[in-house]
Amino acid sequence: MTETNISTKGSDWGYAPAPESADHFKLNEQYGLFIGGKFVPAGSGKRFATINPANEKALAQIADAGEKDVDKAVKAARTAYEKVWRKMSGRERGKYLYRIARIIQERARELAVVESMDGGKPIRESRDVDIPLAAAHFFYHAGWADKLGYAFPGKSASPIGVAGQIIPWNFPLLMVAWKVAPALACGNTVVLKPAETTPLTALLFAEICQEAGLPDGVFNCITGAGSTGAALVKHPGLDKVAFTGSTDVGKAIQKSLAGRSTKLTLELGGKAANIIFEDAAIDQAVEGIINGIFFNQGHVCCAGSRLLVQESVEQVVVEKLKARMEHLIVGDPLDKNTDIGAINSKAQCERIRDYLKVGQDEGAELFQTKCPVPEKGYWIRPSFFTKVAQSHRIVQEEIFGPVLAIQSFRTLDEALEKANNTPYGLSGGVWTDKGAKIFKVTRGIKAGVIWANTFNKFDPSSPFGGYKESGYGREGGRHGLRPYVELS
Amino acid sequence: MSSSLAISTKLNLQAHPVDEVGIRERVARLATRSIKKTSKVEGLKLALSMVDLTTLEGADTPGKVRQLCTKAIHLHSGRKDLPMVAAVCVYPTMVRIAREALQGTSIQVAAVATAFPSGMNPLAVKLEDTRYAVAEGAHEIDMVISRGDFLRGDYARVADEIGQVKGACGKAHLKVILETGELGTLDRVRLASDIAMQSGADFIKTSTGKIQPAATPEVVLVMLQAISDFYRKTGKRIGMKPAGGIANAKAALNLLIMVREVLGPAWLTPSLFRIGASKLPNDMLMQLEKERTGVYQGLDYFSND
Repeated sequence: MTETNISTKGSDWGYAPAPESADHFKLNEQYGLFIGGKFVPAGSGKRFATINPANEKALAQIADAGEKDVDKAVKAARTAYEKVWRKMSGRERGKYLYRIARIIQERARELAVVESMDGGKPIRESRDVDIPLAAAHFFYHAGWADKLGYAFPGKSASPIGVAGQIIPWNFPLLMVAWKVAPALACGNTVVLKPAETTPLTALLFAEICQEAGLPDGVFNCITGAGSTGAALVKHPGLDKVAFTGSTDVGKAIQKSLAGRSTKLTLELGGKAANIIFEDAAIDQAVEGIINGIFFNQGHVCCAGSRLLVQESVEQVVVEKLKARMEHLIVGDPLDKNTDIGAINSKAQCERIRDYLKVGQDEGAELFQTKCPVPEKGYWIRPSFFTKVAQSHRIVQEEIFGPVLAIQSFRTLDEALEKANNTPYGLSGGVWTDKGAKIFKVTRGIKAGVIWANTFNKFDPSSPFGGYKESGYGREGGRHGLRPYVELS
Repeated sequence: MSSSLAISTKLNLQAHPVDEVGIRERVARLATRSIKKTSKVEGLKLALSMVDLTTLEGADTPGKVRQLCTKAIHLHSGRKDLPMVAAVCVYPTMVRIAREALQGTSIQVAAVATAFPSGMNPLAVKLEDTRYAVAEGAHEIDMVISRGDFLRGDYARVADEIGQVKGACGKAHLKVILETGELGTLDRVRLASDIAMQSGADFIKTSTGKIQPAATPEVVLVMLQAISDFYRKTGKRIGMKPAGGIANAKAALNLLIMVREVLGPAWLTPSLFRIGASKLPNDMLMQLEKERTGVYQGLDYFSND
């Protein structure tokens, strides 16, 4: 510049830490099982601790339910079903659901903070995604409660009975909503088992049901690990089982229910292909890759964990992705600036680390960002692999962490072949500026949800679920009511 | 004409599609970064050092321009910890007055030229306008593109014109105003950015300030991404200047966040990022005084220049 002494040096200006405060509520030291409208200790008196994965400190002691507790819960649900809930008009049921939805909104801040403390997800996500969506699911289904005749025209819909529901740790309260809202709206009662690493918001939800005056026994919550879940599935008093979680456990549940009339829906794993064509809006596609795989630390069954990028733009996409990833802030889940929080548990963290090693041993090239991570707690830096092949385990198996596998393709047909060459069929993504290509790809991929020029968008009115080893049955929308009604 | 022909024949018009929904989402997400306390104070000072303090009214007088120059040097009475702004931006006939008033400071004098703001004059007149401003002492020229030619699809003409103006600038830095409020789509904002950078722009600038919408965060993000791509391909760092419609200190800080995350810290300097504004600095000063004293003061306590 002419005659200038203006500064040409860049500034290292950055952001201020902005931790969300956790002093506006108080967690109990211990939580019992929620059976028949009351919190009760486990029959065995056993408890386990739920840990904050960001600092490895125990948050509360949780009752560990055994077979007898499961039996009590199922019986309470049966009584509530026969005596109260099935007889209640849809309009009255709807009132309770509306009330629950509103209380979730009122307690949104508390729920968001607890969700982030118990599960490790960034407050930005629990505040902006998990909790508002959970409330939205109750609002949506509250509306259906007295309109089931319109959902299934020409048929008469009646409830099934008692539903046993087992949910995972990646979206604890949102999964409560996905499971409980349609079940209650359709006139069923529920015994819910949340994941052992993230039981807190389900227990706060039990408090919300009390606050809403929900009749005793309509919603029951039993906490514990896999053995509690197995006891629930085995219980002969269930008319319906709904499970979200890993494919292995899903298969075990399917076997355990064989020969019984109990209905089953499964929402299992995924290994979604996120396909980027050369004519896509590249910067927005890169943002879509980030949302696809790093949302919720990659603990998302519909995560876009396989990136398929057209060869002519592979290099620029990878370069841009690296640059974008370096801006991702990993750390304190309660800080509003945090993009990627803590890995949900020590076990999961080790599992992801194993996959990072497996990928390298198989000959793939690992890239990880350089961001600092806290000393205590469970953390994985955002990562991706290049030089990967379809036969690699990191391409075939669900990692459930912030790890992306990148492959390139030349033609649309090659992209479809690779996208479908997986045991899973839950979700997918396509990025192109051409509408016709979007339709070609969405028709060509066997998956329950395919996003075009966006990723990981959820709405209560949109059915969610998979094909193949990703399970069966749908949640959300009219389709999501079907598993909770008998039609005649 | 030979040099300009070289520009339009080498013009690379490869489409870089922009997805408006994606842009809006990214803008919203960037705006959730937390800027407070030290980060807010440092950010505001940095933003103030990047301001092109502007007066572009038919009613501008030498007295008003001198007053503005004084403000450019002393942003707020009694505070010694504030930077000077980067430049003062005026019409060509006011350049000499501004140069005199800013003598001995590092503050640049920028002049709008090329039949600002409409650009509705023949090229010869635009070039003469530019040469005049440079001869009067302008360090920087803010030109407008011919939106008519651009929207008609005559990209070569737009490119050649920028190239010729660049030639007329001599050593003065050239900022190319796209007037994004008249371009209609983000795809066109992107294309105009690409053409301007290939044709010799040192900076690309959103708006004249005479048309709304002006420097919306969406438009700024698209232009920053264009600059990033241009740097990746050529190794040349092009500057960015949002101008017009930047409502308050918060909006200015959000611009810094965007620059930081799209282009990186290397661009967080007045030599590569400017904010065109006339009223905005007072809101930033008000925030700085609030951080210093703990209370908000009324606008009466900040000078209007």
